[in-house]
Amino acid sequence: MSINIKGKLKSLIMPYTVLSVWTVIVLFPIWTMVVNSFKFKLDIYKDPFGFPIKFNIGSYKTVFQDSDFFIYFKNSIFVTVISIVFILILGALAAYAMANWKSKLSRWIHMFFIAGLMIPLRIGSINLLEIIKSMNLLNTYYSLLPIYIAMGLPMATFVLTEFIQQIPGELTEAALMDGARRSSIFVKIIVPLLRPALGTVAILNLVPIWNDLWFPLLFITNEKHKTLILGVTRLFGQYQTDWSRILAVLTLSALPVMGLYLLMSKQFIKGLTAGSVKG
Amino acid sequence: MGNSINKNRSFRWFIYILPALAIYTLFMAFPILNSIKLSFFTESGSEGSSFVGFNNYIKLFTHPETSARYWSAFRNTWVFFAVHMLVQNILGIIFANFLSNKLLKGSGFYRTIIFLPATLSILVTGYIWKLILNPQWGAVNLFLKSIGLGKFAIAWLGDPNIALIIISLVSSWQWVGMPTMMFLAGLNNIPDDLYEAAEIAGATDFQVFWNIKLPLLKPVIGIIAILTFVNNFNAFDVVFSMANVNGAPMFSTDILGTFFYRVGIAGQHPVGIPDRGLGAAVATITFILLSIGVAYIMRITKSDKGEV
Repeated sequence: MSINIKGKLKSLIMPYTVLSVWTVIVLFPIWTMVVNSFKFKLDIYKDPFGFPIKFNIGSYKTVFQDSDFFIYFKNSIFVTVISIVFILILGALAAYAMANWKSKLSRWIHMFFIAGLMIPLRIGSINLLEIIKSMNLLNTYYSLLPIYIAMGLPMATFVLTEFIQQIPGELTEAALMDGARRSSIFVKIIVPLLRPALGTVAILNLVPIWNDLWFPLLFITNEKHKTLILGVTRLFGQYQTDWSRILAVLTLSALPVMGLYLLMSKQFIKGLTAGSVKG
Repeated sequence: MGNSINKNRSFRWFIYILPALAIYTLFMAFPILNSIKLSFFTESGSEGSSFVGFNNYIKLFTHPETSARYWSAFRNTWVFFAVHMLVQNILGIIFANFLSNKLLKGSGFYRTIIFLPATLSILVTGYIWKLILNPQWGAVNLFLKSIGLGKFAIAWLGDPNIALIIISLVSSWQWVGMPTMMFLAGLNNIPDDLYEAAEIAGATDFQVFWNIKLPLLKPVIGIIAILTFVNNFNAFDVVFSMANVNGAPMFSTDILGTFFYRVGIAGQHPVGIPDRGLGAAVATITFILLSIGVAYIMRITKSDKGEV
């Protein structure tokens, strides 16, 4: 028996080694990015990996004084929040209907949404550019809203429909017997039960929307309407010779999502892989 | 009478679906499908709605410069895909296999770490690694020089033979958390008594992995292969940030994403005017490839039980 346990512990050497090496490979770039953003320019060359001896928050000050940075930040928050709110509301309404409405048409619509899980919207970009132009939304961040909402809906309806189908029928039937309207069943019974699934869908969309480069790059050249990630491309070029400043920009742009992730990593991992595992 | 109540009921359900359906159709389904039409109706120079037949496709495959660039991007896209399958997904299954070991302490910590890069923007990942791989003051080369391996301190992104591989590896670094977590979920679904039986029969760890875990993971492998395949045709940002939209050096990192951007969106040097019809043709071929690829992967990895 004791031999068996020894053997088992021995078999853990390999996993610990591999996982620890990978931990270093993951953390090293992030560590380098954060510590060097607090160093003076010349100290970076002297000691590129160590903890800063003299703290320099000048780089952050410069970035904050670049008034555009705040505009980018604000735009990204606006676009991300509004898109997610609409994805959740429209997705939940549609999922409620698709879970309850048993008909051929309903199944067809459901399949139509699922098809959107497999095909990336980017290949429709040429046409989207025209649509956005004809709506007079080019060069504004409003152009991103309908696109992100459309992109988020397949996964939202998919995850939420499946969740609603698992809600026991008795819960809603009793309310129906009492003569409750569909809309009040939705608001009073379905939505409260749906909360965890809504959280999953929100996270699922938060990361790709916040981090998207493609659509802002296609639609927006106006500095006042750029999102943070698109703005980073400009600042990266502008500060090219000043590493400390570039790294401050990169750190600030990664911070919001990474911070949220570290606070609630379980929900993030569940959210970002949930949809795909069931797909 | 009963029929009309039914219709009325259906209509009321339809109202719930309508807003989502409208936005999805208008801003996703329509633009994707309409690209097919655009590829047959638009030509550079004559931006009209007259039918141009297969002209865009003929140009894509016979115009010497264009077709050379297309096939190079096409080939590079498969290299990009192969690196993700071989590195990202195999590392994913190895990590998942380790993490599923119940004796392993700190599994939650490792999980958080492995998944961490997936929350970064690809653009940020690309920029950080570009700095780290900088030939003069990048961390990788400083490290190599400090341990006396200076001769290996090369211009990682400047060599056309390896730049694409390096970029694919950076992308794998970012996304390895996805397959890891999906494999882990799959492994946790395998009932413990299967392992116990194997242990009593004296099977080695590798035998257990190869003969029990891997076959049962087949459906998960299928989903991961599909995701990798689709994302591969979607890739753009990592090349944009680490090389440029021309796939520098010498188009060696040019993939379909960057080619599509140059041709259909930004316009190519020296003309600078996007060729929308040609871009739509590229998109249409990608659409067909994706549909065939996804259907094929689904068929070969379908589990015998049907459902995951």
